[in-house]
Amino acid sequence: MGSSLNANHLVYLLHGAVWTIGLSLIAFIGGGAVGFLVALSRISPLRALRLASGAYVQVIQGTPLLVLMFLLYFGLPTIGIKISPLLAAGVSLTIYVAAYIGEIWRGCIESVPKQQWEAAETLALTRTQRMFKVVLPQAIQIATPPTVGYMVQVIKATSLASVVGFVELARSGQIINNSIFEPFIVYLIIAVLYFLMCYPLSRLSRRLERRAGARGQEEFSFSS
Amino acid sequence: MNSVSSANDRPVVSLRNVYKSFGALKVLQGVSFDVRRGEVTAIIGSSGSGKSTALRCIDRLETIDSGEIEVCGHRVDGRIDDLKALRLDVGFVFQSYNLFPHLTIEDNVTLAPRAAKRLSRPEAQKLAHQVLERVGLLDKIQAYPEQLSGGQQQRVAIARSLAMQPKVMLFDEVTSALDPKLTGEVLRVIEDLAAGGMTMVMVTHEMGFARRIADQIVFMHEGQAWETGPAEILTSPRTDELRQFVASEF
Repeated sequence: MGSSLNANHLVYLLHGAVWTIGLSLIAFIGGGAVGFLVALSRISPLRALRLASGAYVQVIQGTPLLVLMFLLYFGLPTIGIKISPLLAAGVSLTIYVAAYIGEIWRGCIESVPKQQWEAAETLALTRTQRMFKVVLPQAIQIATPPTVGYMVQVIKATSLASVVGFVELARSGQIINNSIFEPFIVYLIIAVLYFLMCYPLSRLSRRLERRAGARGQEEFSFSS
Repeated sequence: MNSVSSANDRPVVSLRNVYKSFGALKVLQGVSFDVRRGEVTAIIGSSGSGKSTALRCIDRLETIDSGEIEVCGHRVDGRIDDLKALRLDVGFVFQSYNLFPHLTIEDNVTLAPRAAKRLSRPEAQKLAHQVLERVGLLDKIQAYPEQLSGGQQQRVAIARSLAMQPKVMLFDEVTSALDPKLTGEVLRVIEDLAAGGMTMVMVTHEMGFARRIADQIVFMHEGQAWETGPAEILTSPRTDELRQFVASEF
């Protein structure tokens, strides 16, 4: 009570930062896996899959992540399903990230020229082979810069997990501030830590984008 | 060559009264022609006459509204139960090459034999060597498409199609994006295939080339095979439309 910021507090914050990274990875791996299925469903020849995945994207993109977390953490227990803060945060982030990254990836898949599909088709490849051997490898190159850029959003979005009591970076800051009442310095440190996690990714994304741009330029000048 | 003679006499490709519209645009209005085994058919005509669409219908890259198409014994009109069998028999070369930019030349060529025909890697690589040697690009086998000139890319596209050992090859204005020098090197490859007895249908603007190697000319006009016959019809056309077209092209 009333003590000033010391090394123990910093260790506690760093511990929270580690959980922020962990939660980001869960969100990204889970959201990426589900998002990949969303992307494939959105361009599926099956109408039912297209409609269902389209509805999913619309609903989730129109719902705040905060409400999603409340719904899972406070809502589910009322119908008899108890859920830990980590699970609530992990699942809601997965659901949320999938809706956005699925749309990013759908756009990347669709930006591979139609002629590539056609060429693969005339070579007797099945639809699955066309997708996995011809289109997706090219779509991944296109998708890398925006995907890395979106990871920055994911890292920042994990701070919302603090509302269900999960102790990641933002929550650990709140806890320390509650005991030493130094909001300015504490939240400044937290901001710096978030920045240190996000900045390298922003840089990487921009660099990948420039490289992809240069490659596109080359191809353009070649074909003209 | 040991199949019964009735199978040999049957056309490899046969179009009967084919109709095709894109919305209100009537592209094919009753196209009929046959392609016999081992022959080269050149489809000529001004732009918008339906040449490319007719060619694309043969490989079912477009579906038709009515009429009949038979290709290597496969019915291509209406519902088709085995699209893969059709694609295994038909090779298609595009104007824009459409090589796979993320794969080396070798992988471009081996992809389909491995994926669609289940060849082992060594078998497919052997095949790739043969076809790339045939188009004179064996030295580019480890290169990527973007490192090649347009003419070289088109020759790789032909090799890629050849590696599937198709019974008939379709060429859709394959030299239209190339300058005269590069056009020459691609045409030489096609001529070599013709000499080897490959059945081919080519949409082309190269009138001199068509006259030299085509066994059959199909002149398309207003969505129909307006005049069909041996290469001689280019020098002595029966219809005014072909006469005008020939006059404008030479």
